Amino acid sequence: MEALSLLIAAEEAVAADAVSTGEGLTAMGAGLAYGFAAIGPALGIGNLVGKSVEAMARQPEAAGMVRTTMFLGIAFTEALALIGFVVFILLKFA
Amino acid sequence: MLALKFPEINQLLRWKDLFPGFNKIAIIAILATVISIVLFILATRRPTDEAPKGARNFAEVIVEFIENGVIMQTMGKDGLGWTPFLLTTFLFIYLCNVPGIIPFFQMPATARMAVPMFLALLVWVVFNATGIKHQGVGGYLKSVLFPPGVPKALYILVTPIELISVFLVRPFSLAVRLFANMLAGHILLITFALLSEALFQAKDVILIPFGILPFFMLLFITSFEVLVAFLQAYIFVILAAVYIGGAAHPEH
Repeated sequence: MEALSLLIAAEEAVAADAVSTGEGLTAMGAGLAYGFAAIGPALGIGNLVGKSVEAMARQPEAAGMVRTTMFLGIAFTEALALIGFVVFILLKFA
Repeated sequence: MLALKFPEINQLLRWKDLFPGFNKIAIIAILATVISIVLFILATRRPTDEAPKGARNFAEVIVEFIENGVIMQTMGKDGLGWTPFLLTTFLFIYLCNVPGIIPFFQMPATARMAVPMFLALLVWVVFNATGIKHQGVGGYLKSVLFPPGVPKALYILVTPIELISVFLVRPFSLAVRLFANMLAGHILLITFALLSEALFQAKDVILIPFGILPFFMLLFITSFEVLVAFLQAYIFVILAAVYIGGAAHPEH
């Protein structure tokens, strides 16, 4: 019973500060923008680091060079996700 | 139920001006400059033939890191003349990033777009000027817009892409990478701090122990930010080195 009354109270609270549909859609768009922007870089960085670790394990003497190139690759790949994050900020707050 | 309200973005990022045009971000930026200057003045105070110790040891570690970790990896021996530029850029960015996790500062100066944008524009000017100095205006534009080894017909496709990627996307991505990383870290820290505060002060006693979960997440992200602050400074400098090296010595 207590849980139920809590739930009802929560629903009333939600109804009290209900926002307009437009604002809700903006919030959804902001969330989706970052979510979708993160998919590609996630796969890319995973692949990139995995392959770099493999290369370092096979040839430890080349580890320094591989690491530098890996960071460069991560920086380029990550930029896409970060642009998605900036879009999120612009949609949510601007 | 918890009535957790996330503060407005301006409340997170804008600080009251101490006097017009001078706020916490400016203090952090000035402190970063002063600290790095003082460090290197202390390091060079003793005569060079003595065994290094104290501040000098520390400064040597940083210089060696820039020389071996950044320049030798990207530009080779000819690039060693760029050590001062890259060293100051690295130190400034690092010391602007780190206040994000220092108590009472709690704000990375690079999370405001002005600082990364200025640094990115500086790098843009420097690498273009290097290219023009080493190859002349025509030669530089030719090596950028018409990279050798590409079939002639493909230049219709390659030239516009190179034009946009070298002159527009490079500074943009440099600035946005640094800015968005630091801002994301700042917002993550705020989120978990607010969540654990709200849970610790919850009216229901059942909820209070759960506050420990976001609190541990907060600790974890704080230690992660230590790494990010260093990594972003490193990546910024290494990309700057790659751009400068590429402009000075184009592939043949």
